[in-house]
Amino acid sequence: MDALHQFFAIYGSLVNFIGINSLLALSLYLTLAAGQLSLGSAAFAGIGAYTAGILTMQLGAPYLLSLAAGALLAALVGLVIGLPVLRLRGVFLAIATLSFGEVVRIAVLNINITGGAEGLVGIPNVTTTWGIYLSLAVIGYSIARLRGSRIGWCFECIREDETAAAAMGINTTYYKVLSFVLGAAVAGFAGGLYAHLTYIITPGEFGFSIAVDLLIYNIVGGIRVWYGPVLGAVLLTSLPEILRGIGVTAGPIRMAVNGLILLLVILFLPNGLVSIFERRGRRNPKGPSDAALEEA
Amino acid sequence: MLLQVKNVTRTFGGVKALDGVSLSVAEGEVHGLIGPNGAGKTTLLNVLSGIIAPSAGEVYLDAAPVHALPVHKLAAKGIARTFQNIRLFPALSCLGNVMAGQHLVAPRPYLPRLFHLPSARRQEREHRLEAMACLARVGLEAKAHFSAKALSYGERRRLEIARALASRPRLLLLDEPVAGMRKQGVDRIGRLIESLAGEGMTILLIEHNMSFVMGLSANITVLNFGRTLLTGTPDQVRRHPDVIEAYLGTGGHHA
Repeated sequence: MDALHQFFAIYGSLVNFIGINSLLALSLYLTLAAGQLSLGSAAFAGIGAYTAGILTMQLGAPYLLSLAAGALLAALVGLVIGLPVLRLRGVFLAIATLSFGEVVRIAVLNINITGGAEGLVGIPNVTTTWGIYLSLAVIGYSIARLRGSRIGWCFECIREDETAAAAMGINTTYYKVLSFVLGAAVAGFAGGLYAHLTYIITPGEFGFSIAVDLLIYNIVGGIRVWYGPVLGAVLLTSLPEILRGIGVTAGPIRMAVNGLILLLVILFLPNGLVSIFERRGRRNPKGPSDAALEEA
Repeated sequence: MLLQVKNVTRTFGGVKALDGVSLSVAEGEVHGLIGPNGAGKTTLLNVLSGIIAPSAGEVYLDAAPVHALPVHKLAAKGIARTFQNIRLFPALSCLGNVMAGQHLVAPRPYLPRLFHLPSARRQEREHRLEAMACLARVGLEAKAHFSAKALSYGERRRLEIARALASRPRLLLLDEPVAGMRKQGVDRIGRLIESLAGEGMTILLIEHNMSFVMGLSANITVLNFGRTLLTGTPDQVRRHPDVIEAYLGTGGHHA
């Protein structure tokens, strides 16, 4: 018990950030699962964080209500942005969502109620490690159970071939927007958790580099199954601490190691780290390829 | 008439890909659609399945106008199709591809799955059995758990037909189902189409393989330069001078 206590005293904030990053990675996963390459998750997290923080500070709203409002507003913005933007495909969609993220960041910088560049200061620290991991468990489980449901099948078909999906009767616009809105809601919720964890939030924390980090969590972990993004987030968030443990402290080397991991994964595990667990089935070329479907 | 196409025109810029095409397909009929390359066959199939909208003209399914509907709504009316360039879901297994094709007939609600209700498991089992039956229909039941990527060319064609059958369509549109296949594969798909027709399935079949399409179709419509050249029985089509001209040309004076 004492050892656990000591561990949390040293690594408590790391454990919290791993949980938050896992949630954010899952939010992007929801959109990627339907084949939509979005760089907007960080901005949705920002919308959730500021909404929840401002509600708690200015109106004294209860914590859970603030979180829900943050998720809801992010989802609404996702709906408004998603309807026009999801007409674009691939890299064009990525650029459109990226510019949306910049618009959000610059708006937050210039609005009074958000505290501008100085950030929103004095948010009560009410988010607990238990709260984060309970949320992660509930949201992770809910996403895992999408597989095999109508929504899960539609996401998968659209990701694989949008034209064929439509010809089978899938309303592709509806399900693409749904994946975008669900992702925005989860990101907004995670943002709210984060705001109540850190006392202060600034616009830069929800910028382009975070959006790219979330994408990297997904790529490194793999988007074939729901736990891939979580795996990526856990590994890459704890990486600086692991490196410090083996004596590497310099910042630039950390980035280089990040890049190296990404490169190795793309080269040798194009479906992400999760494909290590699927390897056994693939050794036999005639064997079942879709073990997960089989057990569903 | 299950399907009626009336004066359908489709332009791409200045090009008239379809120019007043009309045809009708009776319930339970296998109807062939032939014509030289660029005649507008695939464009017509794309209009019928809603992937592109007609510039003018009407399409009726069971006397109800359907030409203004988007793709997914046309599919919901019972029109299923395959693609000339095979569009399977490569990351899914064969069984997965067919189960994906059940979208219109399998509700698969989320909440019973979320709470592991027995009804979800029971339905999943039923859908799996139905999908296996579709695979057996095209002779792929032994490959149910193979990745769609691992199939041979002919098997992919058959898997695409199985996926289309999974939605229990009223009208099946097949775009060159035996393109580039050798005799064995052609015969196999021919038997499949025959047995589907025997069960009363209405099929519109595009094909370049003449003996194949002549052998299967009750009626054939010939397109040339986006226009209907004629509709008739295979014998009428085979003997018609315009058809011979469209395919072979008439020597020097045909510019």
